[in-house]
Amino acid sequence: MTGDAAVTVSFPARIDPDISARAVALAEAVWAAGYPGVRDVVPSYHAVTVYLDPIRADLDSLWPALEEAAGAPLETGQPQRDIVVPVVYGGDAGRDLAEVARFAGVSPDEVIRLHTQRHYRVYMVGFLAGFPYMGIVDPRIAIPRRATPRPAVGAGSVGIAGAQTGIYPATAPGGWHLIGRATVEPFDPGRDPPCPWRPGDVITFESVSEGAGR
Amino acid sequence: MTIRVVDPGLLTTVQDRGRWGSQSLGVPVAGPMDEVSHSLANVVVGNPPDRATLEVTLVGPALEFLADMTFAVTGAEFEMRLDDIPVQMGVAHRAGRGSSLRFGSRGAGARAYVGVAGGIDVPLVLGSRSTDLASGFGGLDGRRLCEGDQLAVGPRVGRAPRRVSLRPPFPLPEGGSRIRAIAALDYDDPGPRCGDAALAGFSTTRFTLAAESNRMGYRLYGPPVALADETPVLSAATPFGTVQVPPSGHPILLMADRQTTGGYARIATVISADLPVAGQLGPGDWIRFELCDRRSAVAALIAQQQTLMRVTRCPAKL
Repeated sequence: MTGDAAVTVSFPARIDPDISARAVALAEAVWAAGYPGVRDVVPSYHAVTVYLDPIRADLDSLWPALEEAAGAPLETGQPQRDIVVPVVYGGDAGRDLAEVARFAGVSPDEVIRLHTQRHYRVYMVGFLAGFPYMGIVDPRIAIPRRATPRPAVGAGSVGIAGAQTGIYPATAPGGWHLIGRATVEPFDPGRDPPCPWRPGDVITFESVSEGAGR
Repeated sequence: MTIRVVDPGLLTTVQDRGRWGSQSLGVPVAGPMDEVSHSLANVVVGNPPDRATLEVTLVGPALEFLADMTFAVTGAEFEMRLDDIPVQMGVAHRAGRGSSLRFGSRGAGARAYVGVAGGIDVPLVLGSRSTDLASGFGGLDGRRLCEGDQLAVGPRVGRAPRRVSLRPPFPLPEGGSRIRAIAALDYDDPGPRCGDAALAGFSTTRFTLAAESNRMGYRLYGPPVALADETPVLSAATPFGTVQVPPSGHPILLMADRQTTGGYARIATVISADLPVAGQLGPGDWIRFELCDRRSAVAALIAQQQTLMRVTRCPAKL
């Protein structure tokens, strides 16, 4: 239980694509099952939280059903969405590129190469509407969070925090090291869907020059 | 039908029952801090309980009605006047075109709700009219009300206003409140393990809401809660009422505008029946947590809903 209005099913607590795949599949199964009283379903790295109307939901039958669904074999061949996100690396929005390069002991261009060569799984969307928590970053450029967060990080900024990389969808305080700016609109509540990515998607960054099409 | 904001007060926002179903995309729920008083504001004026109201915080607004309409104010106790006439809380009033509702001094509670027949009509964003201050959408342009704003009011939905005075079915806090919470359990909670000693300290401490408490959460000051295990945890979903313990040991009670996920240790979650009274606390108020189990939490919620149904079934006023 997570209070009286939510239940959380957890898997082993680590950042792992297979565990994340289980969480995403379970979240989808819970929505699809249409259990009475379910208000929202939120997958995270290693858990799925099901928000309930405490009176309408029948936890005595829901909890065993969730546990059974969590233990069910994962269907293979589930469609995986691959998304390419163009990024202008460096510049003001990527003002920490040189620092990440120093941390890695490589050139800024090599940081860009290392960041663009991996495919990143969206483990969770949180913190801000549309902020994707992605991994796993090449250990050479996996620079920890800044000691002091910045009061304002611009919308579209692409950052690194340890093994994670993310995209700020709106201007917000932030402690991640910034290496560039994505040229896609990460979140628009009037668009359907409002966000180009969701948990379980795979994102690849592509280096583009300033002025490349939005 | 339009309402003009003459003076916005400290923090007045448009809220309905919240933006549910998009948390997996990081979209906060928002919604009223005290959902019971929000619903009552609707019921008194004859609205379904999910229409948008104005949430008023600590210092109330002045509003001018640019058309004849019916309104009511519930929740925190305020002295109010409609032009020169004192206005009673929890009762439907007719406001004539050009009249002004002015909030005065505040008594118990921190947040009041202004309901108008037809509801505040702002565009639906992802299924809700609630203001999401952090994301900058919903409500009126995703922000608090400002002087000169004009708010549209929707068409009446047919039900007549209630005849009776509807007050919240819980005592409004006067300086603080006891709040029931369910301890975070080991077997399925994604949070780390706060430990029995931390839990015992937590449930016997009288905390004070820090000045920087807001709609996202309350920072609670008191003797620090000592975590049994300080290893970092993976972020997971954060329900309304989650009490997080950051490394400082000063808990944070997550409220209506909380982020959808969080990575601090969790020690307990406030029960649904006590969220409305928690939503009536303000900076400087005290809070004490009483641990209870899920069964009594659900029983308390059912009892609260039954009380609400009794009061809202009272005969209509013409």
